[in-house]
Amino acid sequence: MNTIFAASVPGRRAWTVNSQAPRATDMLPAGLLRANPPRLPQCSELDVVRHYTRLSQMNYHVDANFYPLGSCTMKYNPKFMEYVAQLPGFARLHPLLAQLDGRAAQGALHVLYEIEQLLCELTGMKAFTLQPMAGANGEFTGVTLMAAYHKAKGRQRNIMLIPDAAHGTNPASASLAGFTVVNLESRDGMVNPEAVAKAVQEHGEQVAGLMMTCPNTLGLMETQLPRIVEALRAVDALLYYDGANMNAIMGKMRVGDAGFDVVHLNVHKTFGTPHGGGGPGAGPVGVSEKLLPFLPLPRVRRMEDGTFALIEDAPQSVGHIGPFYGSFGVIIKALAYILRLGGEGLTRASEHAVLNANYLKKRLEDVLEIPFKERHCAHEFVASAPDGLRALDIAKALLERGIHAPTVYFPLIVHECLMPEPTETESKQTLDSFVQAMRDIVDTGRTNPEALHEAPTRLPVRRLDETSAARHMVLTEDMS
Amino acid sequence: MSVNPADLLYSKTHEWVRIEDGEGVVGITAFAQESLGDITYVELPSVGDTLEAEKEFGSVESVKAASDLISPVSGEVVAVNESLENAPEVCNSDPYGQGWLVRVRLTGKAENLMDAAAYEAHCATER
Repeated sequence: MNTIFAASVPGRRAWTVNSQAPRATDMLPAGLLRANPPRLPQCSELDVVRHYTRLSQMNYHVDANFYPLGSCTMKYNPKFMEYVAQLPGFARLHPLLAQLDGRAAQGALHVLYEIEQLLCELTGMKAFTLQPMAGANGEFTGVTLMAAYHKAKGRQRNIMLIPDAAHGTNPASASLAGFTVVNLESRDGMVNPEAVAKAVQEHGEQVAGLMMTCPNTLGLMETQLPRIVEALRAVDALLYYDGANMNAIMGKMRVGDAGFDVVHLNVHKTFGTPHGGGGPGAGPVGVSEKLLPFLPLPRVRRMEDGTFALIEDAPQSVGHIGPFYGSFGVIIKALAYILRLGGEGLTRASEHAVLNANYLKKRLEDVLEIPFKERHCAHEFVASAPDGLRALDIAKALLERGIHAPTVYFPLIVHECLMPEPTETESKQTLDSFVQAMRDIVDTGRTNPEALHEAPTRLPVRRLDETSAARHMVLTEDMS
Repeated sequence: MSVNPADLLYSKTHEWVRIEDGEGVVGITAFAQESLGDITYVELPSVGDTLEAEKEFGSVESVKAASDLISPVSGEVVAVNESLENAPEVCNSDPYGQGWLVRVRLTGKAENLMDAAAYEAHCATER
């Protein structure tokens, strides 16, 4: 399919009602204006509508098909949340209103206050900041808070321990915040408490903390948490909980009670908001008592007269992490989801997510090579492509059958890895059709591996040359 | 049949070093390039940088993953393989030859490294 630029005809226009608002070019300093207008495509409204409608028809999405993408939890987004976020009282609120006149934005501030209370109840943390704009931004915020804690105690702590089965973004977030990452090798697919103790012994007072994903990216729940917490507490190192896999434990485990000091949540993975990759995200960060003084600003407080106000006076705060109060529209959706399901509903969502994953794992036992077979998995599991088959070939063949591929080649510690995560909303029929598709593909691969290398043959694009795409990037349009 | 040359020393993290006249040439092993798949980018240190044994000195990216390069030896970088900037795929096609990464003037003895036979046994445990 061509790009929108190919549809461009000089002089063709889509007309809108002439706005009385001043043009941005009239207000910007002359030095910031470009010499020539950008070479944008020139199209009619109908050209644009058709182009993007066609593109959307080629798109793969959870509203159309099964999306079992492990580690990235592609939950269905219930439509009532869109309704709530689009209520004019929320959608048309000016982002500066709460700062200019808090009385006029009481409803919005109440939303922020309310979800903070609910997130605290769900996780056992003392407080949350809603400001981080996405999960990875939440991670960065979390490790920044850890740095602030040690700095306030006058310590130089530059080492972050990260297990090899942690979420893939953790080392990047820690590095960005200035930490040196020390990798912990897992044992039996879990964090090895002896490796933690050894690292603490070796690096001692340099260890700022440990970033854990629990259940981890192998889909396994840690069984040695108390020993790990103890080893870190001995040197006052902090424990970070990556909330990527929170969907497995709602109503079952509160990370604050387990001894974690800081946690980020991916609201799209846990509370059914749209995935941040396709628009704005949100990554609230919760903290224990120790980290309270360092939370980003502003925060919402309930005053004695019951009204809500923005608080900016916190001398030890790390300051502003993002603009305004975070992704407000996304936060509203998360609140709507939590209130709609309630405590009982959230618990059941986690139970079904785990049940569905275990059902898939059990049924695929004789199709794929499944490590840690003897253990129940959490909300996702890992498997290796069997008999010398390639995970990539299986993934492409699944696409052809109308099923999104699971995450492949991650985590790196599993050979030819496939990581399916069905989520709680999928029916037994959908799961069974996935099992059947996987069985067919593996059977085909065993008898005729070439056929798998060819896949996909019937989709809008064939096998993409990922290597060339990475080595030789081609920008199709020059906008200058 | 072994693909790993007998005149090299190997690290647990799948780098090799060829030591000659106080200098060491460092690269990644056939096992490493095979596990990574098509390599798309290699980030190397500059001439004059100091490498420390068992510490990171760059990274290699493939279509599957990004991995740190861990130096098998300590020393000062005297040359880097600049051709990898435009042709990182050479690390796939010729990991023990044209795909070398850096040449280092050694400052210490090479330690904790394996010969080809021991390295192959090590790889077998990771398959």
